[in-house]
Amino acid sequence: MVELFKSMPFSAKFGVIGCGIFLFCAVFAGLIAPYGEREIVGDVWEPASGAFWLGTDNLGRDMLSRLIYGAQTTIAVALAASILSFSIGMLLSFTAAVVGGWTDQVLSRVNDMLLAIPTLIFALVVLAALPQNIFILIGVMAIIDQTRVYRLGRAVAVDVVVQDFVEAARLRGEGWGWIIFKEILPNVLTPLIAEFGLRFAFAVLFLSTLSFLGLGIQPPAADWGGMVKDNKDGIIFLVPAALYPGAAIAILAVCVNMVVDWMLNRTSSLKGGRG
Amino acid sequence: MSDTLLDVRGLKIGATIFPPGEDPKDIEIVKGVSFTLEKGKVLGLIGESGAGKSTIGLASLAYGRGQVRITGGEVFLGGEDILKYRPSGIRSLRGRRVTYVAQSAAAAFNPAHKLGEQVIEATLRHGIMPRSQAMERAKHLFKILGLPNPETFGDRFPHQVSGGQLQRAMTAMALCPQPDLIVFDEPTTALDVTTQIDVLAAIKRAIEETGVAAIYITHDLAVVAQISDDIMVLRHGNTIEYGDVKQMIEAPREQYTKELLSIRSDIKPEAEDQSGALLRLNRIDAAYGAGLQVLFDVTMHLPKGQTLAVVGESGSGKSTTARVITGLLPPSKGEVLFKGEPLPPALKGRSKEQLRQIQMIYQMADTAMNPRQTVAEIIGRPLSFYFGMGGSEKAKRVSELLDQIEMGTGFADRYPAELSGGQKQRVCIARSLAAKPELILCDEPTSALDPLVAEGILKLLMDLQRETNVSYLFITHDIATVREISDSIAVMYKGRVVRFGPKSKVLAPPFDDYTDLLLKSVPEMELGWLERALASRKMEAAGN
Amino acid sequence: MAGSTTAPTGLSPVMVLILKRLGIGALLILAISALLFIGVEALPGDFAQNFLGQSATPEAVANIREELGLDRPVIVRYLEWLGGVLTGDFGQSWANNASVNEQLGKRLANTLFLAAVAAIVAVPLSILLGMLAVLFRDKLPDRLINILSLIAISMPEFFVGYLFIFFFALQFGIGDGPPIIPNWSDGFFANLQMVFLPAMTLVVVVIAHMMRMTRAAIINLFESAFIETAELKGLPMFRIIWKHAAPNAVAPIINVVALNLAYLVVGVVVVEVIFAYPGMGQYFVDAVTVRDMPVVQACGIVFAGVYIVLNMMADVGSILANPRLRHPK
Repeated sequence: MVELFKSMPFSAKFGVIGCGIFLFCAVFAGLIAPYGEREIVGDVWEPASGAFWLGTDNLGRDMLSRLIYGAQTTIAVALAASILSFSIGMLLSFTAAVVGGWTDQVLSRVNDMLLAIPTLIFALVVLAALPQNIFILIGVMAIIDQTRVYRLGRAVAVDVVVQDFVEAARLRGEGWGWIIFKEILPNVLTPLIAEFGLRFAFAVLFLSTLSFLGLGIQPPAADWGGMVKDNKDGIIFLVPAALYPGAAIAILAVCVNMVVDWMLNRTSSLKGGRG
Repeated sequence: MSDTLLDVRGLKIGATIFPPGEDPKDIEIVKGVSFTLEKGKVLGLIGESGAGKSTIGLASLAYGRGQVRITGGEVFLGGEDILKYRPSGIRSLRGRRVTYVAQSAAAAFNPAHKLGEQVIEATLRHGIMPRSQAMERAKHLFKILGLPNPETFGDRFPHQVSGGQLQRAMTAMALCPQPDLIVFDEPTTALDVTTQIDVLAAIKRAIEETGVAAIYITHDLAVVAQISDDIMVLRHGNTIEYGDVKQMIEAPREQYTKELLSIRSDIKPEAEDQSGALLRLNRIDAAYGAGLQVLFDVTMHLPKGQTLAVVGESGSGKSTTARVITGLLPPSKGEVLFKGEPLPPALKGRSKEQLRQIQMIYQMADTAMNPRQTVAEIIGRPLSFYFGMGGSEKAKRVSELLDQIEMGTGFADRYPAELSGGQKQRVCIARSLAAKPELILCDEPTSALDPLVAEGILKLLMDLQRETNVSYLFITHDIATVREISDSIAVMYKGRVVRFGPKSKVLAPPFDDYTDLLLKSVPEMELGWLERALASRKMEAAGN
Repeated sequence: MAGSTTAPTGLSPVMVLILKRLGIGALLILAISALLFIGVEALPGDFAQNFLGQSATPEAVANIREELGLDRPVIVRYLEWLGGVLTGDFGQSWANNASVNEQLGKRLANTLFLAAVAAIVAVPLSILLGMLAVLFRDKLPDRLINILSLIAISMPEFFVGYLFIFFFALQFGIGDGPPIIPNWSDGFFANLQMVFLPAMTLVVVVIAHMMRMTRAAIINLFESAFIETAELKGLPMFRIIWKHAAPNAVAPIINVVALNLAYLVVGVVVVEVIFAYPGMGQYFVDAVTVRDMPVVQACGIVFAGVYIVLNMMADVGSILANPRLRHPK
């Protein structure tokens, strides 16, 4: 592990360390946040000071503490959504690629249709019709995003399925389980992990956008997109409170993207040795 | 010495490679090669992959692909060292004095422009002749090269003509600016054998008529013997032997050249009794999807312990025949009999025991092995899958198999990417042997390998047949291989078996038209073969 | 073979291909309209209940269901709605009983104006940057462009928007902050000046993705064998790019642009909310918040429809730009 880290270029190291810090904040939010998540500790939009490093928000809550708790909410929900979308997308795409025929046709055409609707538009229509609830939110994000996972998963799996070594396994009489887990999966793991990183970064951005529009996580829970919404009116008065959570989202996404970039560059040289 | 056109002295070419997980490192591709070429003469560069022959060819255009760069030596063209040229000098060299014909003309032509425009482009850009004259010259060249409708051929787009025609059009493109030198980089390698002979003849005729000098790069000594005045044999970036064509073919000095010349000369005597049948294909029809029928009434049989060679060009249906036997493509009519019993048509319907008895070896050993499994895992899987072996018993059998393929236990923990092409194919053979099969289907197992490596694989297969009495159904497009290894032969053409029987009968006259064409198209390692072959053909190759 | 590829109708194969593509597009819009109407209805939850809120009495819910016609079968309502949409009638808003058409017309123009301004800047700029990155491949400008575009794709639209407002509009006085309300009687250039910051926000969001993909497409192109052929003909760089690379770059670049229109469509919704810009996006978000389904469905189908039509145009463009399809065998 240490050697792997050392072999990374600067940008990837930066990404790994950044992701680590965010993850740490998310897990130990209760321990490291100086104030409570919903605790009103000062005046509205106090400037940064020794007591409030990043000032206070639109209700007089400590901005830094909200940011740290926000990391918890945002990362947890985005992670849940991306794990769910990834599982659904992989299951469907591998099934389509390995089974082929009608199963593949039906799944792929439905997926094409969903892909033809821009994500946010689809989410807005569906969320308008559903009760507001965090599990529904995660579910909707996952369903929309799995279309992208499906597209990649199928392309990658189809690529591997046509290889002679998979045909050789079929001719040997191996079952689907062996073919998927022993022959295909080890060969597609790196691009899939990279894709998972991308999906997670996308989920963070998407969740934040929904919350910013008032359709994601509901107050008073702290989450980054919602915090931008809460504090956006301060911008006119030159209060930068809305910019901090925005920056947090951007930095987390940059870190994830940098790690993913490095992984994708590495895959191309790993796959199959030559050619 | 006034006739010397090209004088290459101590040419060294290097490249930077980026091995995964390691620091980039510099390697030497060409290690000090020298030769001279006189005006109007043809030099053949020959060698296996990685010998540096294409790199040398491109160096005479002062060009290096990708990370390749010229690190030492001199290349004099008409007395001037072109490696010392500035960019503008190099531009006036390329496309004017030296031109290039690539292996894949299909990729080398720009899909967006008409062939004629591309053929005359360099001529016009370098101001060699006015447009109308260049057009006339292009039409003249199309005619010399035997292209159909030379007057209008140039109005077509690259994707509208066949591969053989494109290769000839690229030769016309190289000849059009009246260069001093043309570099031919394996111009016929990607073509079918019956097409290759026509393109080869066209190139030879064009060279003779225009008096241009040429460097002809190929891995096939028989091809180069037909067209060259001098031959240079290269290996690992070094010159092995360099001399005139007659001396090289008739009295080679070096061992490596001798080996190249004697390839496929070790012919196995055919089995006398060919009456039994381990495998019998009975009037098979097969189709992909609804409309596309690819096999028509295919009947053949293979006795136990013998080799049946199925020979044909691309699109002949030979690989489809293998797919039908394996059950990957159930036939639409007819049946496959194995040991006298009909095999279930589809893979799904076959028992483990039936699957075990028929194994397969692929053309690309690279993709036939899971890159994430070690050699021991690859060879060991059939052992545990079919025979339930495990632990030390399996390990012992794996090392026996590794010995059998002449590799040894040291390779057990290696990954496929760490093996050479020949070693990979050997591991694939070991994997199929592990199942103790009755029949191995070999789908062009040697066609992606260098000649000497391929020779080793064929010898190994023959040895294994003697030891284990396994039968081979051997699919190939290479007649020399067929001669060497088969007991019986099936010649396929457009989905039908046009000729089937014992080797001695199939390869002896009287021939049907297609077999005649096929046999006469295979280059032979003797001078003047090309002219004789062209003179005695009964049928013109179609669609090239 | 020569004659057989022409369809019996006398249409050229390219026309047949294009007509097929248009047919698929129309079918897709129809399928999506069904999904947005029937599929959404099939979801758990009740429009009337949602519309009134969880505290509404069952009687009130029943009343409103009847009033809005929600008690009739969904297929009937879908067909009625579809009939309306096809004749240009999007029905009435639940929230204020106003005609959806009226709002839609006004706001669609505003949105298209903003998106068009952004696209006109973003498309050439990202192609230029993509080419620049290729030209200086693996050198400093390429790495710089790579890092900057990576940062740009990582920034949510609202962060970019508020950064611009905070620094440009408020600190340096460049461009206007929210609310931005275009007024067509002020003349074109006054409006153009007004949408400067929202358009730039959109440009930043779109350009990053588009530039990265353009770079990849051009690198792919320059690795083609026919570019090597051109080099070996001794042609000058300019001619290689203009004569040999450019004609083959059109189709892949059209594809890149089309793919990235999705970011434009999504981005415009968020940007309108940031800048309080009276376009379709804001109308859409407001309707979702109060669960005004007729407006939500109207906006949904218009956004999806515009996106699909743009994609279809791009497909047709790349068919026409492909010499293999334009000059059949």
